Amino acid sequence: MKKYILQRFVLMLGTIFIIATLTFVLMHLIPGTPFDQERQTSAAVQDNLRAFYKLDQSLPVQYLHYLKAIITFDYGPSISNPDTSVNTLLARGFPVSFELGLIALVVATLSGIAAGTVAALRHNRLIDRAVMAVAVVGISIPNFVLATLLIQELSVSLGWFPAATWRTPWHKVLPVIALAVTPMAILARITRSSMLDVLTQDYMTMARAKGLSPWRIVIRHGLRNALLPVVTLLGTLAASILTGTFVIEKIFAIPGMGRYFVDSISTRDYPVIMGTTVFYSAILVFMLFLVDIAYGLLDPRIALHRKGQS
Amino acid sequence: MTTAPTHSACTSTDRPVLVSVHNLKKHFDLGRQQCVYAVNGVSFDIYEGETLGLVGESGCGKSTTGRSVLGLYDPTAGHVTFRGQNIHEVKGHARRRLLRDMQMIFQDPYASLNPRASVFDLIAEPLDIHGMYPDAREKAQRVGMLLEEVGLNASFARRYPHEFSGGQRQRIGIARALALEPAFIVADEPISALDVSIQAQIVQLLQRLQRERKLTFLFIAHDLSMVQYVSDRVGVMYMGYMAELAGSHELYHNPLHPYTQALLSAIPIPDPQIQRQRTSHVLHGELPSPLAPTTGCAFRSRCPRAMAVCQSEAPVWREHAAGHFAACHALDTDGSHS
Amino acid sequence: MNSHATSQEAPVITNDMFEAAPPDPQAVAHVLRPSVSYWRNAWWRLRSNPAAIIGLAFLIMLIVMAALAPMLSAWSVTAQDLKSQNMPPSSLHWFGTDDLGRDIFVRTWYGARISLFVGFMAALIDFAIGVTYGGYSGYKGGKTDIFMMRILEVLYGLPYLLVVILLMVVMGPSLLTIIIALTITGWISMARLVRGQVLQLKNQEYVTAARSFGAGTAHIIRRHLLPNSMGPILVQMTLTVPTAIFAEAFLSFLGLGVQAPYASWGVMANDALGVILSGDWWQLFFPALFISLTMFAFNVVGDGLQDALDPRLGQNK
Repeated sequence: MKKYILQRFVLMLGTIFIIATLTFVLMHLIPGTPFDQERQTSAAVQDNLRAFYKLDQSLPVQYLHYLKAIITFDYGPSISNPDTSVNTLLARGFPVSFELGLIALVVATLSGIAAGTVAALRHNRLIDRAVMAVAVVGISIPNFVLATLLIQELSVSLGWFPAATWRTPWHKVLPVIALAVTPMAILARITRSSMLDVLTQDYMTMARAKGLSPWRIVIRHGLRNALLPVVTLLGTLAASILTGTFVIEKIFAIPGMGRYFVDSISTRDYPVIMGTTVFYSAILVFMLFLVDIAYGLLDPRIALHRKGQS
Repeated sequence: MTTAPTHSACTSTDRPVLVSVHNLKKHFDLGRQQCVYAVNGVSFDIYEGETLGLVGESGCGKSTTGRSVLGLYDPTAGHVTFRGQNIHEVKGHARRRLLRDMQMIFQDPYASLNPRASVFDLIAEPLDIHGMYPDAREKAQRVGMLLEEVGLNASFARRYPHEFSGGQRQRIGIARALALEPAFIVADEPISALDVSIQAQIVQLLQRLQRERKLTFLFIAHDLSMVQYVSDRVGVMYMGYMAELAGSHELYHNPLHPYTQALLSAIPIPDPQIQRQRTSHVLHGELPSPLAPTTGCAFRSRCPRAMAVCQSEAPVWREHAAGHFAACHALDTDGSHS
Repeated sequence: MNSHATSQEAPVITNDMFEAAPPDPQAVAHVLRPSVSYWRNAWWRLRSNPAAIIGLAFLIMLIVMAALAPMLSAWSVTAQDLKSQNMPPSSLHWFGTDDLGRDIFVRTWYGARISLFVGFMAALIDFAIGVTYGGYSGYKGGKTDIFMMRILEVLYGLPYLLVVILLMVVMGPSLLTIIIALTITGWISMARLVRGQVLQLKNQEYVTAARSFGAGTAHIIRRHLLPNSMGPILVQMTLTVPTAIFAEAFLSFLGLGVQAPYASWGVMANDALGVILSGDWWQLFFPALFISLTMFAFNVVGDGLQDALDPRLGQNK
């Protein structure tokens, strides 16, 4: 088990390293970026950049310096706003995005798993078909489409919810819904098919024959085994929620990191783009790492990996 | 081979050797310092036109031996010759030509036929690989002929394997094995997966084919009475070693090796009065594991005649009577006393 | 037990009451129904799935309209008519106009072309790279396989969309760069799938049989491994398309996709955002509707294919 965790950890570091390198290479090899000395930018910006990125030094030195900056979470100055640094933006925006993403993830996970379980338990009855129909629709409507539709209907037409910003809990409802629907639908489908696989296994029949209460059967025996494929999915779902925050924050004018990122794309504010990419990638890779550990804990075969038989 | 169950004693002088196996060993590396010692040094010859039976418990290495003889596995040690040529030294085009003469019939009629292919494709596949019968009509004729030869209707060629019974599928497999006109066929438990009544039909088919086409068979099975019926000579394997090899009649009436004696005593005789009077040699003792090679004789942990030397030295394979081979220390001491 | 069991009533059974049954294998084969191959069987099953048929019909309609409608319409994709800005759907402009006076109906079908193109290209490249990579890795096995899978693991850990965004920013947005970016990591699931299939299939006895009569690697892959894996491969391809369409729309929405004045559904949705608060619902409605319907159709057809091609899974559906 320890070896497994170590393997995963090394993999995580390796991935982050690759991303950082990729970002660095792209930024420097492409003409027209501010790192290209011929580009015309204001003197202040140039000074800032040169100071931070050590542009007058040789490439390998720049690279090492860049790596060091990444590790210490120092991402340099912004171009569009030379007075602010990427770090400031991150500090300001990330907590908002994190809150949005976390709420959405929790909502999606709880309701998705619950819906999937119910559908599996009432297999082929009305509720099963209804849940699955809604789920297919859910995975088919992109989150930004849903967001704009929600605004149009529930905000503009009906006036139930506010359309923008992030102040009160009432403000948070629509963005969270928009973000959570697709992951919820995916989770519901996977949970359902996984539960169905598990429920038809012989050991479930055995549990019923032993006379265990249905509740105990479902939770103790059924859900624990059925959740394995679901856990592996959580990593990718976290990634899609994270990228979802970009568009959701843009649509709802939420002052999170995602919106700064989207703005920086339009203004070609490369330091912000780079810094955010690396930062977010690190978070995602870390989440995948956590998922791997969770999976290792849940799957007894991995824990017993070293004990001879495989 | 004749249909009546009488067998001439093996004559090593009058028929040429078709396949020769020299000290064949096959070990499978499982990683993590684990290794399956499937075949541990067997040597025997197969004569043209004969049926050599190979029997033993599950896991004794008979299937592995059969596949190694065919060239499906590269041997860990030792070699196999076909018509005098070492099959592993020949490469490329010559090797393909050589392998055409050696074919295999598989045990599982359900798994050995590609479920997505039509019967025609299945039988024509060997022909396609070797570029025979490029003309479509000739190929179709050939396939039709092969089907009829194994007792199936030529119109079955358009159908799919899942539409047939086990016995019919096995016939398809036999037709496929015959496609390249081989001289030698390894039959790896060809009837084990079939119902008893169908088994007899398939065996009769094999016998007829052998007569008409002058085939040589290596017949691997664990049904002892069937092997006796079908074979000219029989070899008994245990834990990757060959324990005994003799003419079919000789082996069943005069088994020398203690393992063979125990095996034969376990064959039920369908007459209750005789069966009641028999004493069976029930084997006691620990089964050795194929993962850990034993010193000395592999059978010593269960052998009723085990002696001290059996633990330290492996028994030597030698001819104890005309055409009757065995490897056993107890026999050696018997022989030296007589 | 006495073998000559008799009682007062039980009849005596003697040998002369039986006659030998002639073995006639020909007579046994009664043909009950016509021979059906695997694919025809699957098609029949797919046909009885109403959702899948509707999805398929929609997709066919979409393809036809995307090909023909822009040519048949009086309006061009880019023609601006500043006198007809923001007009609701009418008999003149079936889907209304946007804030530059462009006809939305034509632009929707043009957007369909782009989305379908992106989707199919992504699926095709997934197939080409994924099948080759996964097939080779699975067939070779051993150290080669382990090494190739490690590479996949690292690639899998790269955040897909982030890498895409990065590339788009750097390479400049256009249709070509979208396709290049999408195909960088999209084939990973296909490779994993094909590898799994090959690993499972290569130990089947019919593969051993093929080797026993001299089949080479290429022959085995072509004739045995691929055909038997085509089912899951097809399903995976069908489900790749909506992912690609979504990604294209997403990128366009962020401003990284197809550039104005050309239309893609994502671009149209992005443009529509600006006017949402003034109640011009049709500008968002049509691209949103079509994105959703297209993705829905592909998902439903993909699900249907999966049920049709693997009868065992049908128990759970």
